[in-house]
Amino acid sequence: MLSAVPGATSRLRDLRSELRAAAPADRATRLCDAAREIRRRDLRMIARAGQGHIGGDFSAADILAVLYLAVLDLDPEHPDWPERDRYIQSKGHASGALYATLAYAGFFADADLDTYMEPLSALNGHPNRRKIPGVETNTGPLGHGLPVAVGAALAARLDGSTRHTYVLTGDGELQEGSNWEAAMSAAHYKLNRLTVVVDRNRFQQGAPTEGTNSLEPLADKWTAFGFRTRHIDGHDHEALFQALSAEPADNRPLCLIADTVKGKGVSFMEDRVEWHHKVPSADQTAAALEELSR
Amino acid sequence: MTLATAAPELHDCRQAFAETLAELAESDPRTVAVCNDSVGSSNLKDFQQRFPDRLINVGIAEQNMVGVGAGLAGGGRIPYVCAAAPFLTGRALEQIKADVAYSRVNVKLCAMSPGFAYGQLGPTHHGVEDFAWLRTLPELTILTPADPEETREALRWAHSYDGPVYLRIGRTKVPDVTPHVPFRAGRAARLRDGDDITLICAGTTVPAALEAADRLAADGVRARVLNFSTVKPLDEEAVLAAARQTGRIVTVEEANVRGGLGSSIAETVVTHTPVPMRLLGVGDEFTPTGSAAFLADYFGITADAVVRAAGELLGSETDAS
Repeated sequence: MLSAVPGATSRLRDLRSELRAAAPADRATRLCDAAREIRRRDLRMIARAGQGHIGGDFSAADILAVLYLAVLDLDPEHPDWPERDRYIQSKGHASGALYATLAYAGFFADADLDTYMEPLSALNGHPNRRKIPGVETNTGPLGHGLPVAVGAALAARLDGSTRHTYVLTGDGELQEGSNWEAAMSAAHYKLNRLTVVVDRNRFQQGAPTEGTNSLEPLADKWTAFGFRTRHIDGHDHEALFQALSAEPADNRPLCLIADTVKGKGVSFMEDRVEWHHKVPSADQTAAALEELSR
Repeated sequence: MTLATAAPELHDCRQAFAETLAELAESDPRTVAVCNDSVGSSNLKDFQQRFPDRLINVGIAEQNMVGVGAGLAGGGRIPYVCAAAPFLTGRALEQIKADVAYSRVNVKLCAMSPGFAYGQLGPTHHGVEDFAWLRTLPELTILTPADPEETREALRWAHSYDGPVYLRIGRTKVPDVTPHVPFRAGRAARLRDGDDITLICAGTTVPAALEAADRLAADGVRARVLNFSTVKPLDEEAVLAAARQTGRIVTVEEANVRGGLGSSIAETVVTHTPVPMRLLGVGDEFTPTGSAAFLADYFGITADAVVRAAGELLGSETDAS
């Protein structure tokens, strides 16, 4: 098990308070900078490991930065603190973005990221809750996150707690029926402190979602399943912050369809299906790091 | 020894399960039940009336059901996830692997009506693959209590244990066979002493093994009977002692022997102390339709079949010597 960076809890909570109190433009700038730093770290990690899912990492990085730095109430030094908000990353293959974010938040040391994909590393290709502090459930096979999030939200309800549960799903993984079983339950149990964020980058492993097993009209599906549903720009930090930190408006769970760009932030990766799990060459890494530093 | 003339009283272990679960819920507010439209068949009606907030019925959605259980456990609850054995294991196998066993969360998977309990409903409804499927999952304890008392004890133990447990809760009616034997998870219980042969049984096959031991005793054969109510982790010590001390083993289970309890005994025996064995249970075929009693007879998991298998092993030993 990896261990937290000393002082991480107070640093993360101070940062969250500052960001919450900041003027919107300042907040957005700071979250944008943090997301770029997460992308840079993720890129170096994947280049070093020679493996990873950079496209899906980059489409989700802004959502992760907003959640971990400005929204979620977490205690990196006591990751099992019962009253923590729950974040469940259903798209487990985007572990690189999650690991870089957890390190940024102080759940473990930045140097630990250099073990990514190494033999016997805690940081294997998909998140493991027993080896990595801050990971709530083991994901990898798709369509697992939302059911677990429904259980987490039900546990909060039974506790009379207002803690919030968030789940990030890929869009391709919505082809798994288990999501829709869970969506029905979430609406039936009126889990209004459950938020689903769909990372709608419009690509799955080898092709566009709409050319594989089309999801549209996606918002209508969630709405029909009993969710309050809205589209959001998945790279607009302030919009994400407002939507993710808002108190429930009614008894319905919330689905944010976050319109994102696969490979976001690096021009030669954006919207290119091959970057689902392509690894950048040394030259490409240098060019991408340069672009992410502007 | 003569057999009892009066038929023993038979019980459905689900009743003991329901009573004990309510008792656990009464004393521990963390206790919740999760089911798949099986309030009736999982015997949860009483639980639902007494603890309405703590009965979560997700409808006919087993993958979601197991995931919900994992999420509840992550929230500090102790969920008892109840569904018919074939659907709990078959439909949600990956959730059991990734969300429960690999995540090592405190979920109790309660497989109702396993084996041939739904006899006439056909092989889709027979729960005979569960041991083979689940035995390959690290971290998962597999319990198959034999009678109401052992069901109560197994459930209480599972509640006190912080980790994932699979419990096979029988619907096929059984007599009391273990009232005097304390339940110890991970330890096989010796129900009969003997050094000529060992009969290894579990769950609904315990009565058949006991009856077979009585009939063998009448012929002067002293059969040891071991109740493996913990299928995993396997009590290897008991297996190896049986192999060394009795030299012959018959296993009998209401499950497929390929990958099941018989296989796990054989794996241990062949690795350490190879001895002749007979594995009784479902073979490599889809189960036909018929009552639980018919199927027990068809697949040879009856006292007659155990006596016959024991005779073959004892006879072959004589031929060889």
